[in-house]
Amino acid sequence: MNNLVYLVPLLPLAGFLINGLGRNFLSKPLVSLIGCGVILGSFVISLVLFFDVKSGHNTLANAFEFIRVGKLSIPFAFQIDPLSSLFLLIITGVGFLIHVYSTAYMKEEAEPHFARYFSYLNLFVFSMLLLVMGANYVIMFIGWEGVGLCSYLLIGYWFRNTEYNNAAKKAFVMNRIGDLGFLLAIFWMIQYFGSADFAQVFSKAGIMPSNDKVLVGITLLLFVGATGKSAQIPLYTWLPDAMAGPTPVSALIHAATMVTAGIYMIARSNLLYTLAPTSQGVVAIVGLTTAILAATIALKQNDIKKVLAYSTVSQLGYMFLGLGVGAYTGAVFHVMTHAFFKALLFLGAGSVIHAMHHEQDIRKMGGLSKWLPITHITFLLGCLAIAGIPPFSGFFSKDEILNAAFEKNPVLYYVGLGGALMTAYYMFRLYAMTFRGKFRGTHEQEHHLHESPAPITMPLIVLAFLAVVGGFLGIPEIFAKDAHWLEHFLSPVFAASTERAKHEPMPHSTEWTLLAVSVVLILASVVWAWNKFSRYEDKGIEETGFGKILANKWYVDELYDAIVNKPLRAISVFLNNVVEKSAIDGIVNGFGRVVNYGSRQLRLLQSGQVGSYILLMVIASVVFFIIQLFMK
Amino acid sequence: MPINYYIFLAVALFCIGVVGVLTRRNAIIIFMCIELMLNAVNLLLIAFSKMHHLSALALDAQTKAGTEAQLFVFFIMVVAAAEVSVGLAIIVMMYRNIHSVDVNFLNRLKH
Amino acid sequence: MSITAVLFFFLSALALGSALMVIFSKNPVHSVLWLIATFFAISGHYILLNAQFLAIVNLIVYAGAIMVLFLFVIMLMNLNADTEPQKNKWLKMAGAVAGGCLLLVLVGALRDTEIRTHAVQMKDGNIGLIHNLGMVLFKEYVIPFEISSVLFLSAMVGAVVIGKKGD
Repeated sequence: MNNLVYLVPLLPLAGFLINGLGRNFLSKPLVSLIGCGVILGSFVISLVLFFDVKSGHNTLANAFEFIRVGKLSIPFAFQIDPLSSLFLLIITGVGFLIHVYSTAYMKEEAEPHFARYFSYLNLFVFSMLLLVMGANYVIMFIGWEGVGLCSYLLIGYWFRNTEYNNAAKKAFVMNRIGDLGFLLAIFWMIQYFGSADFAQVFSKAGIMPSNDKVLVGITLLLFVGATGKSAQIPLYTWLPDAMAGPTPVSALIHAATMVTAGIYMIARSNLLYTLAPTSQGVVAIVGLTTAILAATIALKQNDIKKVLAYSTVSQLGYMFLGLGVGAYTGAVFHVMTHAFFKALLFLGAGSVIHAMHHEQDIRKMGGLSKWLPITHITFLLGCLAIAGIPPFSGFFSKDEILNAAFEKNPVLYYVGLGGALMTAYYMFRLYAMTFRGKFRGTHEQEHHLHESPAPITMPLIVLAFLAVVGGFLGIPEIFAKDAHWLEHFLSPVFAASTERAKHEPMPHSTEWTLLAVSVVLILASVVWAWNKFSRYEDKGIEETGFGKILANKWYVDELYDAIVNKPLRAISVFLNNVVEKSAIDGIVNGFGRVVNYGSRQLRLLQSGQVGSYILLMVIASVVFFIIQLFMK
Repeated sequence: MPINYYIFLAVALFCIGVVGVLTRRNAIIIFMCIELMLNAVNLLLIAFSKMHHLSALALDAQTKAGTEAQLFVFFIMVVAAAEVSVGLAIIVMMYRNIHSVDVNFLNRLKH
Repeated sequence: MSITAVLFFFLSALALGSALMVIFSKNPVHSVLWLIATFFAISGHYILLNAQFLAIVNLIVYAGAIMVLFLFVIMLMNLNADTEPQKNKWLKMAGAVAGGCLLLVLVGALRDTEIRTHAVQMKDGNIGLIHNLGMVLFKEYVIPFEISSVLFLSAMVGAVVIGKKGD
């Protein structure tokens, strides 16, 4: 079984090497075959491991001793338990579908660049697998860094465009800021617990008192890392800009997998967070605030991918809210369903963009349901799922989180419900402006509109199916007793937390009320948006007032520019002109000048006057006499 | 006379010669002061020779203990004579070239 | 105080005074004359110490031949007081100070020596007599004696070569 475990990351790594090194020699079909084939292989093995875990057998595979310093030992070890096997399936499954999609979407690229794309994509999957399979925080961090790198490589895939490069740099730098927090947390952990291993850290932390300062510190630092990777306040502004990359990349990295790394990390460390309620509170508040903020911005965006990007940030906020109120299963459930419907929505958007010849502004679309039937149906299903309409998947997962929030604090629930209403509104605004109403594009574009080929539509259909039925893995108590299969499956991972945070479950009447209210309000929102935007006409009016603020993303980027960029630049200019030129150069050049001056003065001794030479001789002999005779 | 007095006398003469060398600019005067220094040393040597002779006499009445010092003085005079002749020849040549005996003009070492 | 001591102090004063006048005279001819006086004083000291041979040799060689040579050269260049170059005042002071320091150091060095109270044999002693000196010179030190003649030869040749006019 251990060997199978090693194969899971090694296959994508092999794909990366082959496609990367052979990019000048391999043909496009062959590159596609290798790129998709290795992911399919990993998926099959992940299935085998999943069934193994389901039958109750966890695997711990120790490859080699990675670091050994004194008493500290960090092995390169993989851990397959319910949580990681679930993530493995999501990553390899959705990843495979996106790889297949990319073979048709990236068809127009030249051969070396086509191969480069697939090699980067494989490297990304490899890093993400390392991240979720690691048995200690260090291996997780290696994968963490790897996905950050691949994000940079893939966002800047069309590297000839400076703006795309800037977006890639922005993503990488903001990730890095978060990574610093993660790294500090690891150091602290090693210093305090003597190990970074999950099992050891959790067993040692388990006996600590609640809200211990060290635990709070470590968990907060870990959360900083999560805000960077999973685009929460204050490190979220890179994600909308990351839409500069190809759409399948946005689907895989910035919707389904990389951004969920933060959720995985906190879910894995659930015991630490349960023991530090302060950090949990912080997580919940930050998640909720991000969810609302991103939702408000999405209301006024006109680029199809930007709407989806802000939607991703908002949904991630919900997942963190779930983690923050102790609904670990709910958060992981939402990760799963979100992977399905968000990947579906992004791939659908890609199909639309492909048909519209790279037009991304929804004000210039409309009525596309006529020409893109499959894309239209799957996109609609995705929108229904994300809005939270039963019986689609989003409804179950979102409701679980919101109910847990209500138990913690009703205010959280009401704010979260507001966010959900906004989600429904802007998603159906997007849907209606794209697929309903009259076509608002040019005649040229209308001519070329046609449904996308099979490699694009097949993954859409598969994902739509998953988005529809995915919710049935987590049916809550009120519908059927003991039907929450996911909770059952993940219970060993969260057992320690649930034990400590025992609480009275909500009475069924309250739950039914909340459910009914939310469904009714969401449906109303959906209907309102559908009607309003099916009749949308592009009058070319500029946004004003509050709408302008939302359209300009609350001016957060400008704020960061003012408080971070400009001072940093001023400091570096200062350091260059003053410290570097005057002080450091001054000292170094000063040495030279002093030596020069000294030698010039010393040269004057060589006057050529014999008289002065003799004087010096006499003085020297006097000095010698003094030293010899009197100072012994 | 304790040897001390002779030592002080010789040291004083020697230092007067040194001051003369450092203070004067005339090459010939400087040369003369060198001769003065040499003489101071000669005096001291002879004084020492007599001192040794005196202390050796106490042990052996027929001793010839201090003779070497006086012969040394003899040879110093020999060398001084040779040195003076050559030195004055050099000074005469210097005078022929720059028509002055001022040592400050001899600063070709600077270049 | 015995006559020896009196003579000693008198001759010492004479020597020191003449030496000082050597370096303070403006006229080079005067300096030469004062130096001759110094030599006389020193020869007097030699006689006091019964080094008769060396006293006479000192007078003949130094005062007689070397100083005469100096006078010849001074006369040749027609030096007198107003053509005498003067050194910079500071350098003169520096020179005087350096010499003074040397004096102080050497005197101070001898303060604690153990031989300082040994007496010097004056007036008597036959090692200064020419007979004894000659015996030692031609028996043990005959080689340096012969080589000194070679030294003279080379000095002569050198002086002639240097003093030649033209090339």
